Formats: sequence, structure tokens, C-alpha cells
Amino acid sequence: MGQPAVEVKNVSILFNLNKEKVDNLKEYFVKLITHKLMFTEFWALRDISFTVEKGERLGVLGFNGAGKSTLLKTVAGVLKPTKGSVKVHGVIAPLLELGAGFDSNYSGKENIFLYGATMGYSRKYIESKYDEIVEFSELKDFIDVPVKNYSSGMRARLGFAIATAVEPEVLILDEVLSVGDAKFRQKSENKVRSMFDKGVTVLFVSHSTEQVRRLCDKAIILQKGQIIASGEVNEVCDKYDQMVKKK
Amino acid sequence: MAEEKAKRLPLKQYAKNAYKYRYLMQEIVRKNVKLQYRNSFLGIFWTMLQPFLTMLVLVFIFTKIFGKANDGVVCYPVYLLTGRLLYEFYTQATNRAMRSIRNSASVLKKVYVPKYIYPISNVFSTFITFLISLLVLVLVMGYFLIKNQFTMQYPDLHLSWYILLAFVPIILLCVFSTGVGLILSVLNVYFKDIEYIYSVITLMLFYVTPIMYSLKTLARSGVNSIVMRILMLNPLYSILEMFRSCVLYGSMWNWNHFLYAFGISLFSLAVGLFVFYKHQDRFILYI
Repeated sequence: MGQPAVEVKNVSILFNLNKEKVDNLKEYFVKLITHKLMFTEFWALRDISFTVEKGERLGVLGFNGAGKSTLLKTVAGVLKPTKGSVKVHGVIAPLLELGAGFDSNYSGKENIFLYGATMGYSRKYIESKYDEIVEFSELKDFIDVPVKNYSSGMRARLGFAIATAVEPEVLILDEVLSVGDAKFRQKSENKVRSMFDKGVTVLFVSHSTEQVRRLCDKAIILQKGQIIASGEVNEVCDKYDQMVKKK
Repeated sequence: MAEEKAKRLPLKQYAKNAYKYRYLMQEIVRKNVKLQYRNSFLGIFWTMLQPFLTMLVLVFIFTKIFGKANDGVVCYPVYLLTGRLLYEFYTQATNRAMRSIRNSASVLKKVYVPKYIYPISNVFSTFITFLISLLVLVLVMGYFLIKNQFTMQYPDLHLSWYILLAFVPIILLCVFSTGVGLILSVLNVYFKDIEYIYSVITLMLFYVTPIMYSLKTLARSGVNSIVMRILMLNPLYSILEMFRSCVLYGSMWNWNHFLYAFGISLFSLAVGLFVFYKHQDRFILYI
């Protein structure tokens, strides 16, 4: 038995949302007076429990709206569970939509430090990784250009390079392995694989069972916020393929 | 049992977390200061030029057109400049703090970051530009002090040791702005139009705070005493008067001003932190 890296215990998440988005005072008062302020309760996750041990790679499968992203956001600490608890041991690097922490007026170089700080790393530490990041992202010629002039592929490359260079212990991959051109996709998959060898723990979300089979050793299927299957990767993937066919 | 634990404030953990994210605080402050003047020809020089130019305009209007502005304010240009600088700091700090959560939505939706970092670092970066803009006050005061040697235009203007105490009202203003900024940032998450409402409030504040006029002249011209009292409730007035006592009048501040400003500042910070703490977990659902 290894040590647990991610422990999710009885996690439920309740969204209490307005039917219509009310985001200004005028509408709020109009709706309040006319009694049209309706809330709908929606359980995005119901009583989810699982443990990922150090070095394990867990694939998360499920149809759209099953709660996959909600689950990853909860593990990343962005969402707080309504019930239950999430414990993560070690440094976590969320690769949810790369380049989210960039400031578009800032140059690539400056953004490397900003993004690093967003993940809690010091300027000094990022400096020691700086060359590696620039080299991996292949953006040497554009590193002093403001990020607003970058293409989306360039942004994603830079984001990926920073998030993987800091040697996280837990990696959250939300369909990020499908960014960039084929060459960079291959390169990033190789990078992630080399991190596997160092014993990184991975949570991987994908729609493609083929990719999950290739990268993960365990998997779970989410449906309507509940885990309906979990276990060894091939078993679960077979089941998921059947579900897709039935649909 | 787990829920009971969560109800108590895990202060130790907070301190640890804040310490971990101190780099982010530094980076955001650095970014805000840097980006504010990037691509502008005069760069950081604007921080000083802008208050200086508005001072010139207002001094011209009030002394040449309306006349008599110098009544009991020692040196009208310096009086005006102190008011404007402090007012500008307050409005900029609160405005930026208010927008900070919405502006960093893309980060907050994806990565865990202690959310208070954004409003607080925005107040802090405004504070740094404020310190730079204080240079213009030093220059203008220096100019009039030197001029005094020859013409005695402003006989009451002199430097005193009290100027060293000027940091006290500045700190109070920082605390007050942080508190207000935190409250506004929470409101702005739920209601976008707070931004427009607040811009009207700050405009009002500009006229309600004795920046261009002094309350003494207002009292002498026979303004209703109830109106005077309401004007004096403005915490910016107390802080500004304290600052002017140290810098301009060269005397100790009125301790009533100090007590009032101190109380209000701490109160606003406490309310700000409380409101922010209570709502921060729900931000993600609204931004």
C-alpha cells in the first residue's frame, strides 16, 4: 500500500443558483418585488469518495454535465465542497485550461513569474527553471512580446511549460493534452509520461477512452454527479465504451 | 466533528497560507505598478504631473476667479494638493480593489488562490504610486518655503517636526481603504452596477470632503450647523485634517479627529474582513 496523494471523502456539492442570472442591483430589486427571485438547487456531485495513491494515475470518464470538471475543481481547491472533505498531499498543479493566469498586457517573460507566483512559487525558484520553461515552450523569440499578441497555441504552450517545469506532485489534466499542433501534442504527452516515471500522481479527464487507457492505470465513471463504476482502467473503459454505444 | 472543526477559524493555517502566497502579492503589486505606466511616453512621471496640473488649474480657478481662497488655510496650493492627493489615493485604491475579484475571474475559476490577495494587493500597489506622487507635494512645498524667504507670501507656512507624524493619517487611510475595498469587491461580485453607483459616490465625496474649500470658511459664510455636522462625519475629512495638521499647519492633530478616524478605519477593516470571509467561497459561482 502506497501513501494516499488525494483523498476525497463523501464529497457533495450543491449549486444554489438563480434560474436567470441576476447580476445587477436593479434587476435584483425588480425581481425581489415581483417575487421572481427563484433559486434552483442542483447537486453537481453526490457523495463522492475515492483515494488516489502516490504515483497512481486516475482517469475520470463521463458524459457532458456529469460533474467531471466540478470534481477536478474541487480537488484543485477552487470549489469548496458543501459536504465532505478533500485532502491533497503535496504540491498540486492544475492544468485546467492553460494560460488562465496570464495578464495579456504583460510579456511572456513577466507572465512566467506571475504564473509561478499564482501557484505559490518564489521568483528565485522560477528563475532557476526559467531556461527550461522557455526552451520547452519554444517561444524564445517572442518572450518579450506581450501575451495579448500570442496565438492561443502559444499561450497554451507557455502555460503547459510553466505548470510542468515546477515539478508538481499532483497533476490535474483537464483535456489539456489536446492543445497545440501535433508536434507539440506529442512533446507534451512525452513530458507528462516522463513525469509519470518520477512518480507524479495524475487526475486525468478525457472523453477518449483510448487516451485514458494509454495514460492511466485506474479509472472512474461519473454519471449525474455519482460514481457508477471504478476500478482497473481497462475494465472501466470497456464499460464506458458500452455506455457510449447504448446511447 | 469535522464540521465543528471547520467552524473555528484555523488562524495558524491562514498565516501559513498567507506566507506561502506572499510571492503572488509581490508579483501583483509589481505588475500593477509596472503596467500602469507602460506604453505612456512620460511613464512614471505622470504620477507626479497629473496632481500637479490639476492643482494648477484649481488654484487658478479659486484664487483668480473666485478669489479669497487663502482664508485660514495657510497656503492654498499646498492645502489643495494635500486634499487631492489623499482623495485620489482613496478613490483609486477602493475602485481597484472593487474590480479586482471580477478582473481576476479567469484565475480564480481555475487555480486555488487565497482571494483576499487581489483586493489587498491592489490597495497596496495604489499606495506605492501614492508614495511616488507625494514627491510633487515635497517639491511644491519646497518651492513655497524658498519663495517665503524672499517675499513672505505665506507667513504661516513653515516646516515643523510634526511632519514626521504624517505617516499616521496615511496608515489610517490605508486601513480604511482596505476595509471599504473589501466590502466593495464582495458587492461587485454579486452586482455589477455597484461600479457605476460607486463612481457617483466618489464624485459626491470629492465635493463633500474639504479639498478645494475649508470648513472654516464654510462655517463663516453661514452654512447650516446640521449640514456642517454631516460634513464632519466623513472619515476622509478627519484623516485629511490630521494630515494637514502635520504637513501644513505644523501642529499636533486634534485628538478627536484621531479617535474618530482610528475607530472608523478599524471598524471598516473588521466589517470588510468579515464580509469577505463569509462570502469568498461563493464568488466562484457568480463571477
